[in-house]
Amino acid sequence: MASQPDNASRRAFLRNSFMMIPAVSLTGGVSLTASADEPAPNLGDYQPAFFSDDEWSFLLAACDRLIPGESAGKGPGALDTNVPIFIDGQMDSPYGHAERWYMEGPYVLDGSPDLGFQYPYTPREVYQKGIAMTQAYCQQQHGKRFEQLDGDAQDRVLQALEANDVDFASLGETQKLEASEFFASLLSNTKEGYLADPIHGGNKHMASWKMVGFPGARASFRDWVDQHNVEYPLGPVSLTGERG
Amino acid sequence: MAKQQPRVDAVIVGLGWTGSIMGMELTDAGLNVLALERGEDRTNEDFAYPKPADELQYGIRHTMMQKPKQSAVTIRRNLDERALPQRKLGAFLPGDGVGGAGAHWTGVLIRPTPTDLQLKTFADQAFGKGVLQDDMQIQDFGVSWDELEPHFSFFEKVCGQSGTTGNLNGQIQAGGDPFEGPRSEPYPLPALQDTQNTQMFEKAAKQLGYHPFPNPSANVSRAWTNPYGMQLGPCNYCGFCSRYGCLNYSKASPQTCILNALKQRSNFDYRTNANVTRVELAADGKTATGVTYVDGNGEEVFQPADMVILASYALNNVRLMLNSGIGQPYDPVARTGTVGRNYSYQIGGGINCYFDDIEFNPFATAGATGKMFNDFSPGNFDSAAHGFIGGAKMHSSQASGTPIKTPLPKDAPSWGQGYKDALQKYYGHHMKLSMTGSVMSYRSNMLDLDPTWKDPYGMPLLRMTFDWKQNEHRLSAFMRDRLREIADVLKPDYRDESFNLEGSHFKVTSYVSTHNVGGAVMGTDPSTSAVNRYLQSWDVHNVFVPGGNAFPQNFQANPTDLIAALTYWSAKKIREDYLKNPGPLMSRS
Ligand SMILES: Cc1cc2nc3c(=O)[nH]c(=O)nc-3n(C[C@H](O)[C@H](O)[C@H](O)COP(=O)(O)OP(=O)(O)OC[C@H]3O[C@@H](n4cnc5c(N)ncnc54)[C@H](O)[C@@H]3O)c2cc1C
Ligand code: SF4
Repeated sequence: MASQPDNASRRAFLRNSFMMIPAVSLTGGVSLTASADEPAPNLGDYQPAFFSDDEWSFLLAACDRLIPGESAGKGPGALDTNVPIFIDGQMDSPYGHAERWYMEGPYVLDGSPDLGFQYPYTPREVYQKGIAMTQAYCQQQHGKRFEQLDGDAQDRVLQALEANDVDFASLGETQKLEASEFFASLLSNTKEGYLADPIHGGNKHMASWKMVGFPGARASFRDWVDQHNVEYPLGPVSLTGERG
Repeated sequence: MAKQQPRVDAVIVGLGWTGSIMGMELTDAGLNVLALERGEDRTNEDFAYPKPADELQYGIRHTMMQKPKQSAVTIRRNLDERALPQRKLGAFLPGDGVGGAGAHWTGVLIRPTPTDLQLKTFADQAFGKGVLQDDMQIQDFGVSWDELEPHFSFFEKVCGQSGTTGNLNGQIQAGGDPFEGPRSEPYPLPALQDTQNTQMFEKAAKQLGYHPFPNPSANVSRAWTNPYGMQLGPCNYCGFCSRYGCLNYSKASPQTCILNALKQRSNFDYRTNANVTRVELAADGKTATGVTYVDGNGEEVFQPADMVILASYALNNVRLMLNSGIGQPYDPVARTGTVGRNYSYQIGGGINCYFDDIEFNPFATAGATGKMFNDFSPGNFDSAAHGFIGGAKMHSSQASGTPIKTPLPKDAPSWGQGYKDALQKYYGHHMKLSMTGSVMSYRSNMLDLDPTWKDPYGMPLLRMTFDWKQNEHRLSAFMRDRLREIADVLKPDYRDESFNLEGSHFKVTSYVSTHNVGGAVMGTDPSTSAVNRYLQSWDVHNVFVPGGNAFPQNFQANPTDLIAALTYWSAKKIREDYLKNPGPLMSRS
């Protein structure tokens, strides 16, 4: 069983650890999208920079099913932690523009999936196309938009995307972007937004870190590494110095 | 007409581990040395706390790594498949920028065994005819343990290697690796602290009769001043090590161990954003006249030099040789040529073990944290009985505990409420049992130039042909069975496993390792090696090629101790003999 540290060692440890808590200011390198004294925005007030209103409605609804909030059980959800804001921000990052990737033709679309992605789309385009085709699929199947479906029906749509049971080609896709690829991007970006440092726009107030017990950017454990099978007592800190 | 820079004595292509070592050695010899690095400059300032503690930026988006946009690799699994470009990084993560992959490596700093250096000799003694696949092309390195030992020792002092000595001048020492080759000196520093997983692994391994010891580490356990006068501070187990720059001056890297000393020297200079596209050869093709690079403004520049050191990482070194016409490209059908021959890699596999009631605190860890045993490296067990050659390092390592990459049981839901429940239940309750296995070299595992795709400078991309072969599948199955026995002792509440078994093929999409080796291998026979045993091109004598490219096949552990030792070994020969009398250091006959 995990045990608690005894009081004396715990006190000494807390003293040392607090002395090492980070500077709030960062210089160069990392771009600051938020700072400790600038509170994280409310999702409801947020104006997406990249996604259109229609796309945004889809994203909110989908994220809510991928990581549901408190009502569905313990722990914050994707919407509680501003995951859609994170994804919107990523669309304008080097990642969203595929800035570091090799994007030269010819694009060979019939190779083995084990050789990695080959279609000519940046993540921005994957979202735009993926959302549009998913909405077309929902209209076909249910005569409604994704966000108008009830939760179970939304889950079935997401399951169909995941299993590649939605035929993107029949919905107009010409470059072999597959439903499962779109779903995989959406899911991994959702988890990233949930679990990454709040500096990137999601993980509001480090709620997911508190839930799992990850101490964030503390990055200093010489005093703790020899405490085996003992629960770590301190909450997380973020890159901007926010404490939880 | 390319712009031309003033001549230097030696130009080094790439400023990672091997480039930094060569810079030190050649400036020591009094040469004027210039290093050309394609990426950005990176100093310790770039790694100031808390910048590196950002999993998304470094762990996931690969901000410190090679950009496929600038230099992609095309990949196929066999000679008949159409190779496709690896458009975003996956299986391996080469470095980019000053420090190379050495700035974001994990820092497991381990030697090969004496047998690993002479694997062909060992195979001929230990295996009957027909046991091994006939398309295997394994070879001896052409350099012996005794020749390399002083260079291992020196590099380990440069890095402040931390660990427990197992064999000191032939005397076996308690707590270390009894199977290691004899060391002339003990480890510079004691081992890193144990963690929950290493203690559990050690106990189970001992119970089964194995000989566990701490992962040899280049994350230093104590303050250390290295032979160049560079100072490292004790590792603080920050949990952001593998894939990250060190925020604490504790991880041995070109920055922390070499570059600040090297940059002080007036006969050393370096330029960043200098992407070398080819080595230029004299009209007779027997010597290099310098290199051509494209600078940050997109301008082509010719840099004349008396000597060219290719220190741009195994894959890039081979590509530069091919793009420059140095040596004869390998032809897998005729089995002629040497450049691109014997590309090899490393095979992994492991068992994830989850314990409901144990706190592993995986975030409180150093990159190299772990325990391993070497009972299954070549010569220590009868692999012939199981139909394969090679071995594996068996270990439980814990390189980091960052949450995006945290593993969850295979049968846990990957989204929805079940995902959230699993994340709460399993984060911090996991340890891994792993094998890191050797990979032999084969006729059709190779590198050449891609016929279709080019980089932004118009140069052909490197094409990799690689797949797992029967020998490695068998090795994996054998090691899996041994790891299962360890898991049986540990009795996790839940476990799952993944191994590359019969029928599985190389996938480029998920990380395997950045232990790409071979392709311009060293040796004593010019028909089967691209460089001689001093890492000198057989064909163009003023070109030296230090890097993992020199391995004729891969052994069962991390490559950098051997890469660095070979680099020092090559530099010694350059200093002692080549500079006095430039020319081939070995004759072709
Ligand atoms: C995540 C990760 C973890 C690792 N962990 C370990 C470990 O624990 N133990 C271990 O032994 N090894 C480990 N490695 C491998 C280790 O980093 C390499 O073996 C080592 O860095 C190789 O040194 P090098 O000098 O050959 O290449 P590098 O250190 O990568 O340096 C090569 C340099 O050349 C530059 N370059 C390339 N092409 C050109 C060009 N055309 N023009 C100019 N410059 C160029 C690159 O930008 C780079 O800076 C790890 C690697 C990674 C990515
Ligand atoms: S674990 Fe240690 S060596 Fe690695 S980055 Fe952190 S402080 Fe540096």
